[in-house]
Amino acid sequence: MTTREITFRDALNEALREEMAREEGVFIIGQDIYGGPGGYQGAFKVTKGLADDFEDRLLDTPMIEQTIVGAAVGAAMTGSRPVAEIMFEDFITLAMDLLVNTAAKTHYMTAGQYSVPIVVRAACGAVGVGPQHSQTWTSWFMHIPGLYVVLPSTPYDAKGLLKTAIRDDNPVLFLEHKKLYNVTGSVPEEEYEIPLGQARVLCPGDDVTLVAIGYMAGLATQVAGTLRDQGLSVEVIDPRSLAPLDMETIFQSVRKTHKVVVVAEDCKTAGPTAEIAALISEACFEYLDAPVGRVGAKDAPIAHNVGMSEYILPDATDIHEAVQSVVAW
Amino acid sequence: MTISEELMLQMYRYMVLGRLFEQCAEQLTHRGLIPGAFHTGIGEEATHVGATLALTHKDYIIPTHRGHVADIIKGAEPGRLMAEILGRATGYCGGRGGSVHLADAASNNLGVQAVLSAAYPVAVGAALTQKRANTGRIVLAMFGDGASLMGTFHEALNLSAIWHLPVVWVCVNNQYAMSTSFAEASAIANVADRASAYNMPGHVVDGNDITVVYETVREARERALAGEGPTLIECKTYRQGHSTFDTNPYKPQEEIDAWSKRDPITQFEQRLRELGVLDEELITQIADGVQRQVDEAQEFALNSPEPPPEAGVEFVFRSSEVE
Repeated sequence: MTTREITFRDALNEALREEMAREEGVFIIGQDIYGGPGGYQGAFKVTKGLADDFEDRLLDTPMIEQTIVGAAVGAAMTGSRPVAEIMFEDFITLAMDLLVNTAAKTHYMTAGQYSVPIVVRAACGAVGVGPQHSQTWTSWFMHIPGLYVVLPSTPYDAKGLLKTAIRDDNPVLFLEHKKLYNVTGSVPEEEYEIPLGQARVLCPGDDVTLVAIGYMAGLATQVAGTLRDQGLSVEVIDPRSLAPLDMETIFQSVRKTHKVVVVAEDCKTAGPTAEIAALISEACFEYLDAPVGRVGAKDAPIAHNVGMSEYILPDATDIHEAVQSVVAW
Repeated sequence: MTISEELMLQMYRYMVLGRLFEQCAEQLTHRGLIPGAFHTGIGEEATHVGATLALTHKDYIIPTHRGHVADIIKGAEPGRLMAEILGRATGYCGGRGGSVHLADAASNNLGVQAVLSAAYPVAVGAALTQKRANTGRIVLAMFGDGASLMGTFHEALNLSAIWHLPVVWVCVNNQYAMSTSFAEASAIANVADRASAYNMPGHVVDGNDITVVYETVREARERALAGEGPTLIECKTYRQGHSTFDTNPYKPQEEIDAWSKRDPITQFEQRLRELGVLDEELITQIADGVQRQVDEAQEFALNSPEPPPEAGVEFVFRSSEVE
């Protein structure tokens, strides 16, 4: 397999290009996404250059999040496979009804007469753009039956998971962390897909399990490296999707290490770490040598000020301390 | 546009069917056989029937939670429709949807959007597929006066206009959103006056005159197919009932009396008598035939099994392995 180093952004761009080439029904709908000459090419330039080959499949809309997602649903119900772009995940609240009540329930409500193969891409995570442009919300969506929630953490995963998400017949919320767009990683030249609901062991270890999703997966891997130098063997698992959620890979690791910390960028209260911790407690109670550790953002909006924002968000130090805390139990 | 005698009789028959079907469902609700409330389109039949008859079988429709006859005209079997309303296994959604989430994919009925504001964006998306694939089909989106005041109305109608989408927007203005009268809730008197804000034609028509509704929707459909974009049509009518939980205490008696004199079925019946299309014998014959159809639907539904409770967790996701 031939690989090359490309950015997370380019990996997403390749996935969109390949899927549009593969199937006529795939189109992209959103704000400022037009990727041709004079086009904005997406707030994070993910649709850059796509109009060269697919001019009529990049549909720029006004600022109408509800109708972007709702139109994607209606198009999907009639045979299209749209990809909707919501510029910042914070704005998804505007489209919440269409995502939760329409997209996620249509297959169920119609007993399978209609399905809704849509992908809603949104940029999450804090990069200093203040309280209404910085949120990472995942537990709201993993709470919704009928909706998949995917958070890639590497260019390889970004491309493979986006291709799978577009081909899936269910609605998928695809969250792209803003700090990852410029991160590079090796991606095969050849076509590949990654099944939804398959966790990845980022580094194997025997002493502690570290479950980390999205941008946090990279931080967790760094922390595992530091701890390895200090003689602690940490296994890092990236679930890659919160729905479907591959708990079996996590359980297997916990049965081996007996200690686990779960990390996500969402506010800690009722965040995805709460659900994962509860599932571990239910399934692996007798294996645990310490309470399940949890790392998340403090329960506050994300401030514009860098110092305040860093104080609120989880970082490598928080993960490091949480691991040491379960080890010391 | 001339309307054939055959079509006039079809219009009349469907209006009678719509009324008797919903009266039957109302009675079943009062007998405790239908979970939740049941919403009728009694008094609004000319709008629901006239607009739906203007479609072909292949056109798409988003009906409202009233006017179940629209589903039947589109192609749904009354028996399976009633079964769904009763929550039975033989219903179109296997009992998961009920009256207000009813859909029938085989007749391109996209289903009711019970969070009313969702109908507009979904219609835009369905129309987008028709335009992109050049299918020669349109989308008819029906909604009430109450829903016309929701935010997605603005987003979606504007988008449908700038993209010249093949969609016909039909407002069933029955004067009330639950207990809130349109006169009190809207800054302007006519929903269709808003069409000018979207640079599309707007028509206010008598929603109790079935031939006017039919002709107006038919023309809007032709316009949409010609690539000239959407049309907003407002059918002024009156909700004679509401839901099975509502005795309408907020409606002035004079208003109820005035509109009951304009009942769409009575009016059309009179007109067809004058035209010599209907006589006493034919009226009885149609009434008997429709009653039989409703009785059969009721019987089918009541004899249909309840779905197994565990089926309540099926169809949450579509599995490519299974289907």
